[in-house]
Amino acid sequence: MNAPANPATLIDRAARATPPGLAGKMRGLSDKAIAWLFISPTIVLLLAINIFPLIWTIQLSFTSYRANRPNAPLRDVGLAHYNDILTNPDIWAAMQVTARFVIATIIIQTVLGFVLAWLIDRKFRGSGFWTTVILLPMMLSPAVVGNFWTFLYQPQIGLFNYMVAFVSGIPPSSFQMLGDVRLSPWAIVLVDSWMWTPYVMLICLAGLRSIPDYIYEAAEVDRASKWRQFWTITLPMAMPFIMLAVLFRGIENFKMFDMVNLLTGGGPGSTTEVASITLKREAFEKWRTGYSSAFAIILFVTVFGLANIYVRALNKVKAR
Amino acid sequence: MSGNSTAYSIVEPSRASKRIAGTIVVLYAVLTLIPLVWIVLTSIKSPQDSISYPPKVIPWVHFEPTIEGFCNLFTTRSRQTPEYLATLPPPSGACEVQARAKNMVIVSESKYIPRFLNSVIIAFGSTALAVFLGTLAAYGFSRFRVPLKDDLLFFILSTRMMPPIAVAIPIYLMYRELGLQDTRLGMILLYTSVNVSLAVWLLKGFIDEIPREYEEAAMIDGYTRLQAFRKVVLPQAATGIAATAIFCMIFAWNEYAFAVLLTSGDAQTAPPFIPIIIGEGGQDWPAVAAGTTLFLIPILVFTVLLRKHLLRGITFGAVRK
Repeated sequence: MNAPANPATLIDRAARATPPGLAGKMRGLSDKAIAWLFISPTIVLLLAINIFPLIWTIQLSFTSYRANRPNAPLRDVGLAHYNDILTNPDIWAAMQVTARFVIATIIIQTVLGFVLAWLIDRKFRGSGFWTTVILLPMMLSPAVVGNFWTFLYQPQIGLFNYMVAFVSGIPPSSFQMLGDVRLSPWAIVLVDSWMWTPYVMLICLAGLRSIPDYIYEAAEVDRASKWRQFWTITLPMAMPFIMLAVLFRGIENFKMFDMVNLLTGGGPGSTTEVASITLKREAFEKWRTGYSSAFAIILFVTVFGLANIYVRALNKVKAR
Repeated sequence: MSGNSTAYSIVEPSRASKRIAGTIVVLYAVLTLIPLVWIVLTSIKSPQDSISYPPKVIPWVHFEPTIEGFCNLFTTRSRQTPEYLATLPPPSGACEVQARAKNMVIVSESKYIPRFLNSVIIAFGSTALAVFLGTLAAYGFSRFRVPLKDDLLFFILSTRMMPPIAVAIPIYLMYRELGLQDTRLGMILLYTSVNVSLAVWLLKGFIDEIPREYEEAAMIDGYTRLQAFRKVVLPQAATGIAATAIFCMIFAWNEYAFAVLLTSGDAQTAPPFIPIIIGEGGQDWPAVAAGTTLFLIPILVFTVLLRKHLLRGITFGAVRK
């Protein structure tokens, strides 16, 4: 029934819809106050859990502190740890292994991830379902998966070796993905790309879908070829997203620990010993807390510097 | 699909290009699925079948499925003499039968379930906190003139650049002082601090793309800034928030480096536990696979539930009229 309501109840209802007490109180908050109210909890948390420990690490890096002997007399060693690390060939070898790993995975994952996103953006029949399927590997824990891949990589019984043997005809026990000096870095790159290409794909897909149809429609009206549309519309407009994906993957893989720890533990020899593995050995096996703190600071400065340069480039791309 | 009632668009990809794209994507998806299928298949194999050559693929044809892997995952067993076993009452329960067949008895439950529960509590706690804090901060950065905005945003991102092992050194010492070592609260706080930077960055992007005019219109209609945030911005950003939550959840659920270094018992999560499931004579692969399978299911369900938001979204229909 739509009988005309009593005017008095209408006004009542309108008044009730805006609670005066609350509204009045909140109206008092200036935008500036809200901004700080919203931002400060995050900053406080990061100060407590990230910055305070970082300062502590810097302080420890000048000392002979060992976490397993907290009561031992503390010696001030100055810059000796930094000097040791920067002249230690083993540390430089670990940095090289890390750099090669980061570069290889970024190239593979970005190219593959973007191409997949570009194909999925065609919205073919069932694209939603298959996208979900492709996303599955990145949901698994790198540690749990890395551990399971050691099983797949077994020379005689592993499925990976069996499938390679099946396709290529070479005997499955003739190569060891994890035991061979030349193959083991690629064994890790393969698992990492298998897991994280979907991550890049997802961010690229978001970028591609953020491009409004009307831009393509305008290009069609102007008779721009598909090829030209790709290079002048698709790629530039998706670029901030691609670069964001590269930034996150680059940082993540620079820090890579879990998968390598479980797949090879740094071996054979030290062919896959990325920086984090070296750091773990120094900090939590040899308990050289001061020394490893200095190494941690060096790693942080390295990635911070690289990321800083990178973010500048990212902002430039966004500003275009 | 073909009966879609939307108007013909000149930018719609052609039928042939859709078919080619579909074929390549499906091929990639199938290839990428093989290791996951292998995990599930291994979880229902006996230890002997799991390491046979050539591999046994199809259940009931190549091998007889068994729950032995799951039994081994949930229990600890010990070998006994046949004489002792003969004195025991008949086995009760399927796992007991499995154990007896191998001259073993079940000694106790394994630690898998407590470790799994730790994972659940820590993942949900830290995701909720990170998304809550991240949404607020992202809105603040997106809408207001904040002094040193770019520096603060970069600072937030930079906290994510520390290698976890590097962070773990002082956190290990700090938690030892505060009594947070091997506690769920300690792990929740730690994971929140890692996730919040991702949450702020992703969500700021999402909120930036919601036109300010929506809030301004709402505020002209009498909404306060906070009401406009709650009733206009939050619903518009829902897809972005959901996607961000999934990323945070995946991180916390899967995290290994902090967990293996900072927890050992009470607060240990599943990832450091699963790789050390050992059977007689080395790694018990069916049990490991069973643990991995169960570990995957919650995140799988969660993602499938949010699939529509993830796919349609991550972009925002809201920006377009």
